[in-house]
Amino acid sequence: MLPPAARLAARRLLGLASASASEAAGRRLASSPIAAAGYSAAASRGSVSSTRPFSTALNYHLDSPENKPDMKWEFSEANMKKVNEILSHYPSNYKQSGIIPLLDLAQQQHGGWVPVAAMDAIAKIVEVAPIRVYEVATFYTMFNRTKVGKYHLLVCGTTPCMIRGSREIEDTLLEHLGVKRNEVTSDGLFSVGEMECMGCCVNAPMIAVADYSKGSEGYTYNYYEDLTPKRVVEIVEMLRRGETPPRGTQHPERKNCGPAGGNTTLLGEPKPPPCRDLDAC
Amino acid sequence: MAFLARALRQSNSRLSSRCPAVAASCRWISPTAAAGSPEAGAAVAPADPELPPPREPVGGARVELPPNPEDALEVFVDGHAVRIPKGFTVLQACEVAGVDIPRFCYHSRLSIAGNCRMCLVEVEKSPKPVASCAMPALPGMKIKTNTPVAKKAREGVMEFLLMNHPLDCPICDQGGECDLQDQSMAFGADRGRFTEMKRSVVDKNLGPLVKTVMTRCIQCTRCVRFATEVAGVQDLGMLGRGSGEEIGTYVEKLMTSELSGNVIDICPVGALTSKPFAFKARNWELKGTETIDVTDAVGSNIRVDSRGPEVMRIVPRLNEDINEEWISDKTRFCYDGLKRQRLNDPMIRGPDGRFKAVTWRDALAVVAEVLHQVKPEEITGVAGKLSDAESMMALKDFVNRMGSDKVLCEGNGPNPPADLRSNYLMNTSIAGLEKADVFLLVGTQPRVEAAMVNARIRKTVKATQAKVGYIGPPADFNYDHDHLGTGPQTLVEIAEGRHPFCSVLQSAKNPVIIAGAGLFEREDQDALFSTIETVAKKFNVTRPDWNGLNVLLLHAAQAAALDLGLVANPSESIKSAKFLYLMGADDISLDKLPDDAFVVYQGHHGDKAVYRANVILPSSAFSEKEGTYENTEGCTQWTIPAVPTVGDARDDWKIIRALSEVAGAQLPYDSLSAVRDRISTVAPNLVHLDEREPSTISAEVKPPVKQQVSSTPFKTVVENFYMTDAITRASKIMAQCSATLLKK
Ligand code: SF4
Ligand code: FES
Ligand code: FES
Repeated sequence: MLPPAARLAARRLLGLASASASEAAGRRLASSPIAAAGYSAAASRGSVSSTRPFSTALNYHLDSPENKPDMKWEFSEANMKKVNEILSHYPSNYKQSGIIPLLDLAQQQHGGWVPVAAMDAIAKIVEVAPIRVYEVATFYTMFNRTKVGKYHLLVCGTTPCMIRGSREIEDTLLEHLGVKRNEVTSDGLFSVGEMECMGCCVNAPMIAVADYSKGSEGYTYNYYEDLTPKRVVEIVEMLRRGETPPRGTQHPERKNCGPAGGNTTLLGEPKPPPCRDLDAC
Repeated sequence: MAFLARALRQSNSRLSSRCPAVAASCRWISPTAAAGSPEAGAAVAPADPELPPPREPVGGARVELPPNPEDALEVFVDGHAVRIPKGFTVLQACEVAGVDIPRFCYHSRLSIAGNCRMCLVEVEKSPKPVASCAMPALPGMKIKTNTPVAKKAREGVMEFLLMNHPLDCPICDQGGECDLQDQSMAFGADRGRFTEMKRSVVDKNLGPLVKTVMTRCIQCTRCVRFATEVAGVQDLGMLGRGSGEEIGTYVEKLMTSELSGNVIDICPVGALTSKPFAFKARNWELKGTETIDVTDAVGSNIRVDSRGPEVMRIVPRLNEDINEEWISDKTRFCYDGLKRQRLNDPMIRGPDGRFKAVTWRDALAVVAEVLHQVKPEEITGVAGKLSDAESMMALKDFVNRMGSDKVLCEGNGPNPPADLRSNYLMNTSIAGLEKADVFLLVGTQPRVEAAMVNARIRKTVKATQAKVGYIGPPADFNYDHDHLGTGPQTLVEIAEGRHPFCSVLQSAKNPVIIAGAGLFEREDQDALFSTIETVAKKFNVTRPDWNGLNVLLLHAAQAAALDLGLVANPSESIKSAKFLYLMGADDISLDKLPDDAFVVYQGHHGDKAVYRANVILPSSAFSEKEGTYENTEGCTQWTIPAVPTVGDARDDWKIIRALSEVAGAQLPYDSLSAVRDRISTVAPNLVHLDEREPSTISAEVKPPVKQQVSSTPFKTVVENFYMTDAITRASKIMAQCSATLLKK
């Protein structure tokens, strides 16, 4: 243990270092073409935290009025058909292979999250001890074990998106909705979470919107790419009004994941190799 | 440039500081040596003159090579050739070669997880170090366990394990017997590179027995596998992932297994420790005494750890034939009962109904005087369920000398089948149960009657999908079973071949029938046992090469009592008794006892029978005396005194010997060996220590039974697993367990 004075000094030093680091990052970005195009990255989040980030979700269950083990939970009749369909994919002595798809189905049915009672119900269906289902549900971060909004907005936080400004996107979202991460807005419509790379880096930054507003039948999971803080607010507002914003890239000049403004290379047909050029003979 | 110079200087100073270490212990492994080692290792041929001499297998273990030489293979461990059976892992091969590989997650009695990586070794031609516990040994494999690569791999793994470990050894109960501590001393580096915050994990509440400090957990999952595979309660699991991973139950849940205490032993770190033992003692202050347990008829091998006159804890001892390396929670945690409610002075009940402490001389004189005032046939002696063979022999001899033949042992019922040993023993033997493929349990709930026998049955059911049929009241099982019925009719149906379970028995190769000792107490026990024998004959349960007909006894004294012939009818003996000598017998019904009967209670605890006693003679408990016990399979074992006895208490047989002298009917033995000589004339098997004397197969000498089986359903014999005898009833921990863990 350091003496208090030394500890204070150490903390100052850490603060100084992080401040200069973020400054430098800001400068670098400002001079880059990306930032010039209006996609300025989050340089404001200067403080380097000395703790490692852990999953925000608890790995144990706490009873709450809407989430208790002794509540009754069942798949709806329509979903029960799907359950049987899913189970038919696996040999009858490996029913537990169906845990993940069943958890997903339960999550869709239950408005975006799986209560313990649902996990217990699944354990009964696949004939394993409940703890085996809990293990799976806690392992995968895409299973929400606490309430989420009707629209669960997942901001990609992995390096390419981060470099392209995902932190700013998240900050904007949180500020606009007035919530913290993993918190649900008071009207129950939105919640913001973080995800790792969703394979869309080419159009970074991006968010995924899981739409639980229409139950498991109308469930959608859409990507919105090439976001700017302004655009992401627009998307949220459209969702609030019940509209469906066009999914995919939000860049006006980009088509799918092609380059903005149209293709620039490989425009013509490939030329035949010279040895095949019969005219030349 | 300046930076370079500084770096050089630094590394120089570091190198020089390491040099003494190199000279001292050769623990430092330089990266260059490690990189060059595969070639260097490859050059080592078995004939290398520098090769260290071959070693003995770890722990003196013997390897049985399969009879067929094709099923064995040869591998090289550190240059020495060893022959091992096919299917051994690299780690097992190393053990045979006498090299102890460090490990955390591997446990020989659990499935292989391969997730701690501590057991990395180098295998020639393998690009990376391999996890030896999970890698099957292949013919001709060249395994190297102490090359720089292997050492460096271990140091690396250790560094990762210690990354999130709190290093709170000074306040950890595992300190001194911690695998992590030991192995980091032996195989770890003396430095780490992790400078960030350590994680912390919320502690879980697993009940009154197991204390958790989950931050210390290294995620080896031994506890999860133990709970799932051995204890059969699927409550524990690995939750979350990555650095957030933790062991838990997710929904708060106590561990309701009768074997839960064993996770304390298998947890390689201090994450799961004993709650009652928490902060009580350091393990190096304790004196270990290897003895046996008497709380049930299994006779689990235990080590009693004591400090001074106090038993601090009880831990299991390995005995493959009886308890493997597990013990039940009752065995492990009943020890605080040894310190409470003890009788420490001889006492006489005064006219006012209160006990007064007296001297031994006075107490014995009073007892002897009363003895001479009653008629010989009014004298009855009852041995309790914790009595050792020596004291039962003395009691029997004494009562006989006083002219009465009314000596019995509680729990043996009105007419126990004591003529043939095979009629009351577990003839298959506990370990032999593993060969069975069908079990028929009649009126016994092994999970509460004999937890270790139940663990064997479960092991068999898990390993070979053996079928279990159960006749008796609804009960808790931790394996698949068919509840065939609740009463003797079902048994009769099976005997007559009318029951669907017959086809299962018919197709069995090694069927086993286990009858509970609770049947001894029934009126129709003769008819029941003859029905059971019919079933046995019908389905070929007893053959020259297989004896599957078993009785599962309930208490530690029972087998020896039947061997020694303490078989009087309890209700008649009690009804006619004017002088009742209770030797630790608390569970015998005294309702019919005449009011004017004189009751002597000799025992170590102020338990039920003390309320009726006129004189109390304090005796020593199993942890304080040397005594012979025979377990349910007929194996004779001794207890060894671990602590001095309390107060003025004496060994049971000595008290009776002294009383016999005062009463003028002196018993002819003055020493333990003399008592044992006497025992050997009655039941020679009781002096063959640690041997299981198999009973011969019952000959057809039984008279035909005229009795009819009644239709009363079988009863639950053990209502409360945690409190079955004087010691466990006095234990606070057991009281807590029965309050919190028993299903209401
Ligand atoms: S609690 Fe102990 S036994 Fe269980 S995983 Fe952690 S270290 Fe292993
Ligand atoms: S980094 Fe965001 S999608 Fe790949
Ligand atoms: S002992 Fe081999 S990986 Fe743990």
